[in-house]
Amino acid sequence: MYLTREEERMLDGEYGEGVRKFMELLVKLGDIYGAERMIPVGSAQIAGISYKNIGDPGLEFLEEVSTDARVRVPSFMNPAGMDLDRWKELGIPEDFAEKQKRVVEALKRMGVVPTLTCTPYLAGLLPRFGEHIAWAESSAVIYANSILGARTNREGGPSALAAAVTGRTPYYGLHLDENRQPTIGFDIKAPISGEYGFSVLAYTITKKVKKGIPYFRGIRGSADELKVFGATLAAFGGIALFHAEGITPERVEPPREFIEIDKEELKEVKEEIREEYRDVDVVVLGCPHASIPQLKRLKELLGDRVFRVPVWVFVAYPIKEALERSGLKDELEERNVKILSDMCAVVAPLDVLGIKTAVTNSGKMFRYLPATNGVKTYLDSLEHIVEVLAE
Amino acid sequence: MRLKGRVIVEGSVEGEVLFTDYPITFYGGVDMKTGRIIQTDHPLRGEIISGKILVFPYGVGSTVGSYVIYGLKKYGKAPKAMILREIDTVVATGAVLAGIPTVDKIDIEKLRNAKRVKIKDGVVEVLE
Repeated sequence: MYLTREEERMLDGEYGEGVRKFMELLVKLGDIYGAERMIPVGSAQIAGISYKNIGDPGLEFLEEVSTDARVRVPSFMNPAGMDLDRWKELGIPEDFAEKQKRVVEALKRMGVVPTLTCTPYLAGLLPRFGEHIAWAESSAVIYANSILGARTNREGGPSALAAAVTGRTPYYGLHLDENRQPTIGFDIKAPISGEYGFSVLAYTITKKVKKGIPYFRGIRGSADELKVFGATLAAFGGIALFHAEGITPERVEPPREFIEIDKEELKEVKEEIREEYRDVDVVVLGCPHASIPQLKRLKELLGDRVFRVPVWVFVAYPIKEALERSGLKDELEERNVKILSDMCAVVAPLDVLGIKTAVTNSGKMFRYLPATNGVKTYLDSLEHIVEVLAE
Repeated sequence: MRLKGRVIVEGSVEGEVLFTDYPITFYGGVDMKTGRIIQTDHPLRGEIISGKILVFPYGVGSTVGSYVIYGLKKYGKAPKAMILREIDTVVATGAVLAGIPTVDKIDIEKLRNAKRVKIKDGVVEVLE
């Protein structure tokens, strides 16, 4: 692979052992994927933060590299396994909390911002159209590629960190025009709305396409709806980029043929997924992390009602701050809704908290919560969750 | 017999072969503190990979597997080298971070009965 003089210097160890090792990693990955050169990145987003996931091997690695490697570009952390302020309240064990904090501290030493969110674009890190970035979180990757028009492959924890430290990523995959063309078309002949509606649509799509690049006609949705849509496409189908007419800023040729998805088909899928529930251990919202409009809507739906079971809403830390200042956080907490930052139920040690059943409005949560935590999980619309569980 | 592959991590080593035609899941499948394969459905379950030249088709499973390979090295339990049919991102990342000599694009079936091999510049030579 061709390297610039600066990149050669990194590889030769002129910037220290940490940078050398990370540059070597990028060169090897570039060789494996056939990259001809490196491309500078505007930002990095680093996954593999939760101690539940990375365990002692990850913690030890991060502590070691944090002694000399520093990030060169703005870099954010993915969610951890707990709220850094409220972990005690949730019943997270002390030893887990201690190790989780060490992971965050190690990355902080390297200069990674401890936003701990899967929605960096809502928390102060917004790439522009056409910008090359190295992000790891699958829902943020598909959002950046499809809604913002930035360009990123789905990075792993170490490769995203390597991009953060070197400011480069190998130039292959979704960084290149030729790999961003749609592979299959869908004409959506039904009105879709809400996180649940978009989750069901995404789930339906992934039964027909995996790892491809879908092109959609007939979709209209808010940024928050599209956020859940992309997250679910990524979770069930490993999709990292879609094109939606009138939404995706990038111009591409539409595919010749389109598969139609109508109301009937979506109704059948809803029936297939639907299961009755009366009570659950917890309601999990904010997957991906919720925005302020989503929290406002929850408050409006609830009115004066209070949830019978605990509700967790995951948000990015800056959003939690804004909710606190606006008074919305207190109003929701009085209704049994906890606003939690820094974390995600998927990567939290729910097993030790005794959580066995949950309901969510997010297709991504519905996909991963049973797999990572053995939790029986229901997928439902926010309106219906409020109907069933608030009084 | 000599087999030419692709160098992932350079290194000239010679050692005893541990062969499997079954993919290895490092995260949850290999104990980094003992070097033992603990993956329940693996034919090599219970075997120690430390100090061996590990021959396997490719890695599978969570990306945390890279950190497990790194951890094996740190605890002195890493394989001496790795030979694969087709490398994957998880194993490649682990091999580079840990600095374990690694070669891929090798027809590993030909190493099924090999006892000792030597690796140099991407060439695997069967010694016995």
